[in-house]
Amino acid sequence: MRWFWIDRFTDFVSGQCAKGLKNVSMDEEVVDGYWPDYPTLPSTLIIEGMAQLGGILVAEHHQFEKQVVLAKVAKASFLRPARNGDQLHYTVTLDSVQDLGATVNAVSHCDGELQAEVDLMFAFLEQGRFTDGPLFGPGDLRTMLRMMNFFSVAVDSEGKAVGKYPALCDEIS
Amino acid sequence: MAIQVASQNLLTSVPHRSTFIQNPSPVKTNYPKVFKMALSQDEIFDKVQEALVEALGVDDDEVTEEATLVGDLGAESIDFLDIVFKLEKAFGIQIPREELSPEDILTDSNLVKDGIVTSQGIAELKSRMPWANLDAFEQNPRVQDFGNLLTVGDLVGYVGSKTA
Repeated sequence: MRWFWIDRFTDFVSGQCAKGLKNVSMDEEVVDGYWPDYPTLPSTLIIEGMAQLGGILVAEHHQFEKQVVLAKVAKASFLRPARNGDQLHYTVTLDSVQDLGATVNAVSHCDGELQAEVDLMFAFLEQGRFTDGPLFGPGDLRTMLRMMNFFSVAVDSEGKAVGKYPALCDEIS
Repeated sequence: MAIQVASQNLLTSVPHRSTFIQNPSPVKTNYPKVFKMALSQDEIFDKVQEALVEALGVDDDEVTEEATLVGDLGAESIDFLDIVFKLEKAFGIQIPREELSPEDILTDSNLVKDGIVTSQGIAELKSRMPWANLDAFEQNPRVQDFGNLLTVGDLVGYVGSKTA
């Protein structure tokens, strides 16, 4: 299933922050069809894009070995709508990480102005309790990260490029 | 003109808890520092109240000492994760899951019979959770009711025992 709500990672520092961008295009069915004659990217999908960035940030912090799901949107404020032709710049910062989950703070900027501010909470799924097996099909997560430019920008806290993740490599060669 | 009006509606029709942010607060990047401080009961209550108001979306005056988290304040399982996060952050403590949710006791076949907690089970619960008031539960100790008994006062007592 195609479910990409960011176009690309622009920055990624392991355990600290992830930045990405989302282009809002008339070609997207949801932009054109959500609100008749008023193309806009629904705020819920802005939250989804931030959740994708944040979820990867949290999951990478655990070497992609934990299954991370969005659990709660604690706060979400939208200061202006996202219109066709806009380029949204998301910045997601890791707030805290505990045994059972993590929280992140996310902001969205458009044309240099603050467009949205969202706080998200993620939970780590326990095997056998809610799910058995992986959340992604074999190779899907790694492919998605590669398409989104993750491996080109991701660095660890010392600025060195991230290496391989065993948890991502056990599927296709 | 119609589009101007539409964008106005978008900005003014947001739910009441969203605010127009002119000076967004600086984004924190530090993990919570672990520190212990002795706080008064009132100070603990205020912080617990603030955490519950934020996590559950209830008003200040609904969060009383006797209010139960599940029954009165409408907390669901995902809210407990959020509450634990907020309390850990607010007080600089670690909250192991089994201290607030004694699932291992409630699922032990030696301590629970036919969905009722035995007297030995009650004793275990009391020693695990000395800060909780289990009198009401003891009257009719059905496992399925346990989740509903936790009150705001119990949480305040729990935090007090961790920060003393």
